[in-house]
Amino acid sequence: MFYLHQVIDLTAAATNHARLVRRRVPPYVLWPSVLVIVLMALPLFYMFLRAFQADWETVQRLVFRPRNLDLMINTLRLMFGVTALCTVIALPLAWLVAKTDLPGRRWVTLLAVMPLAVPGYVMAYALLSVGGFHGVSAQWFDIRLPRIQGYWGATIALALYTFPYLFLNLRAALYGLDANLEESAASLGYSRWQILRSVTLPHLLPALLAGWLVILLYTLGDFGAIALMRYEVFSYAIYTQYSGATDRIYAAWLSLMLLSLALCFVAIEALVVHKKKYARTGSGAARQAPLFRLGLWAIPAWLFVIAVALVSLGLPATILTYWLLLSPPDISFFMDVPVTFLKSASAAIPAAVIAALLAIPVAYLSVRYPSRLSAAVERAAYIGYSIPPLTLGLALVFFALHSAQFLYQTLPLLILGWIMATLALAIGPIRSSLLQTRPNLEESAQSLGHSPLSTFVRVVMPRLRRGVVTGVVLVFVFLMKELPITFMLAPTGYDTLAVTVFTRTSEGMYAEAAPFAAAIVVFSSLTVALMLSNEGKR
Amino acid sequence: MYKQVMATAIVAAGLWSGVAAAADLTLYSGRGESFVRPIVQQFERDSGLSVDVRYGGTSELAVLLQEEGSRTPADLFWGQDAGAMGALARAGLLAQLPEGIYENLPDIYTSRTGEWVATSGRARVLAYSPERSPEAEHPESVFDLVNEEFRGRVSVAPTNGSFQAFVTAMRVEYGDERTLEWLEGLRANDAQVYRNNTTQVIAIAEGEVDYAMVNNYYLPRFTGDNPDYPVRQKFLQPGDIGNMVNVAGIAMLDASDNSDAAIQFIEYLLTQSAQQYFTSVVNEYSVRSDVISNPDLTDLSEVLDNAPVIDLDDLADLDGTLDLLREAGWL
Repeated sequence: MFYLHQVIDLTAAATNHARLVRRRVPPYVLWPSVLVIVLMALPLFYMFLRAFQADWETVQRLVFRPRNLDLMINTLRLMFGVTALCTVIALPLAWLVAKTDLPGRRWVTLLAVMPLAVPGYVMAYALLSVGGFHGVSAQWFDIRLPRIQGYWGATIALALYTFPYLFLNLRAALYGLDANLEESAASLGYSRWQILRSVTLPHLLPALLAGWLVILLYTLGDFGAIALMRYEVFSYAIYTQYSGATDRIYAAWLSLMLLSLALCFVAIEALVVHKKKYARTGSGAARQAPLFRLGLWAIPAWLFVIAVALVSLGLPATILTYWLLLSPPDISFFMDVPVTFLKSASAAIPAAVIAALLAIPVAYLSVRYPSRLSAAVERAAYIGYSIPPLTLGLALVFFALHSAQFLYQTLPLLILGWIMATLALAIGPIRSSLLQTRPNLEESAQSLGHSPLSTFVRVVMPRLRRGVVTGVVLVFVFLMKELPITFMLAPTGYDTLAVTVFTRTSEGMYAEAAPFAAAIVVFSSLTVALMLSNEGKR
Repeated sequence: MYKQVMATAIVAAGLWSGVAAAADLTLYSGRGESFVRPIVQQFERDSGLSVDVRYGGTSELAVLLQEEGSRTPADLFWGQDAGAMGALARAGLLAQLPEGIYENLPDIYTSRTGEWVATSGRARVLAYSPERSPEAEHPESVFDLVNEEFRGRVSVAPTNGSFQAFVTAMRVEYGDERTLEWLEGLRANDAQVYRNNTTQVIAIAEGEVDYAMVNNYYLPRFTGDNPDYPVRQKFLQPGDIGNMVNVAGIAMLDASDNSDAAIQFIEYLLTQSAQQYFTSVVNEYSVRSDVISNPDLTDLSEVLDNAPVIDLDDLADLDGTLDLLREAGWL
């Protein structure tokens, strides 16, 4: 997830490092890359096939149904709300960390990133348990609050989970901001406010947009939080249509609409960011501006940080403790957790390994043999990441039922869906490690008589080790809490931690869901912390 | 790195073979996990057979079974209502059950053609908030719920199998046009959407709605733990479609590759001990007369006096109901 901004910045990377003279792409790099394109295109093809089975009149009736307009408005409202709330939380935090002398800034970073360990549906679960008859507020403090749900519930749950993406992007951009720019503006007589408006903010725009895009795509694709909060948006409608109608043409059309909405945002982001140039042009090193002195303002600043942490981390922790204390003292109840954990892992491990292995040739192609093909391959991988997960799941169901019956309702199909959704995540770190190895190493190996294949295996692969391991970990963590694709594609009896939390919460079995939700949170916190410490070493 | 990759692959393969081993029976359950899991575990212990359960909505699974056709991995389908059973029987997906299974059961608990058998009976009731809706204001019929005084105070679970079966019954009794008008009226009256019966009962306790049309056995789960739980339930006027009696039923798929075990499971659900569980723990009506009755349940004869006369075999047109719900904007 720390590599998302790199993933998004595809075009930039594709043009860099074109050091090697154009040569023929070796087959062991070419064919896996072509496979990636086919893999991504195939299910979408089936989705279109299914959608266009309907006659024109039916299509018109389905597409121009008044309910779609409601769904669209709800979806846009949710996206706007989540993005706005994320910005309000993430922008001040990023500024405090990067631009001020706030004491304990490292801790702020930790507190701002940890919420990634609490997935949207767990956050929704926590929010739902605050108010109400059986809620924490009523049982512990004897205050009966209304339950948080609907639009506000969904908005808060999603924003609290996704704001770290925006925080990371903004922090990186603020660190990279060249002080000379702001100083020149000041020497030209700009006021502080004018500098902020016409220099700092425009330079933050790419980071803002990239962060917003991640948040928007996540919001569009979310299923768990909105379903638990009973807020009717596109993805939820796709699910009710899929599950509630023998003919699935309407579900296919809703999916296409959602997909075009997602691709619209991707296109807008690409247009806005890549048209403008924000790089330094002068010579000399970029310089950090002196840190803003907070003085006594450090107190309200920390109060803000603590408030965010209390809601995003303290709340789910309290609620989980509450339900765990309430849950029956039956040991078998907790024994199911490790079993389910292993079940989740048994498919998440192969998916993560395959995704990383597949990402190696893709990254290698894009770094060493930049071309139209490599750009297309990377874009294909990225599509898998930006497709709303329910759409991806539905497309794979269509694909399996139509042409690959033997895959239907099997773990391999689930693993395939997972790989498609996470390939872009694995490419990021692997490409970073590739960019750090110099091509003349490979050239030397070849001049010493190694064949290209032997060079790839003996020289390139060992240097990718760290990137590959990071890629596997990233994908694995993502999959251990993945809900929508699992919900659509998991074979009978294959209940992951995420699915168990979701189904039990939607049946009102909060105490029974608690140990599983706690397992997800503990596990993801460990991995988030691991990655943060990794980042510190670099 | 290759050693690590190999080691991971071996671990994964080991995990996989342990987890993915096919169970003896695959059950698609339209009934909630909280009711089904205990009895399935008990069956596994008693019979030594393993059972994989796929939980989902009753109609969701019925749709899935139709899509899967003869390739379905399912051996058994346990649905929340007779309508979905009828739809599957009509589609030719269910196997004929041996007569011995259902010959001693009352008529209401079996299909005419012997493709499914009831595992328990239940009634639809009106759940309400005693705090916010005094007796005098209660509706007499479900048709009253579209009136102005109930604006925004009623909940609906359009994806729920029991609600859908009730809509099918309304269509059989009053015709599609009247039913559609009622469904649209509810929508216009700002009825709130929930996922299932449990969440509707909770919604009343939470003060989000004041009335819900639910099955009779959900509320006792809450009042059993806490007699002060702020929800009550009652029948509407005698004969009202909102008091309909339905069954949960089980059927064996024609495509089952383990029909002996499947029959064994069905027979198990009809044993005295399983039936006692449905009555005492799940608060449903047993299909047998030799179980100890549950003091929390209204007497079955009283329930039947209030219920409209409906032949459950007539409720098979699930597709028509789903279309209607879609047309009214509920799906």
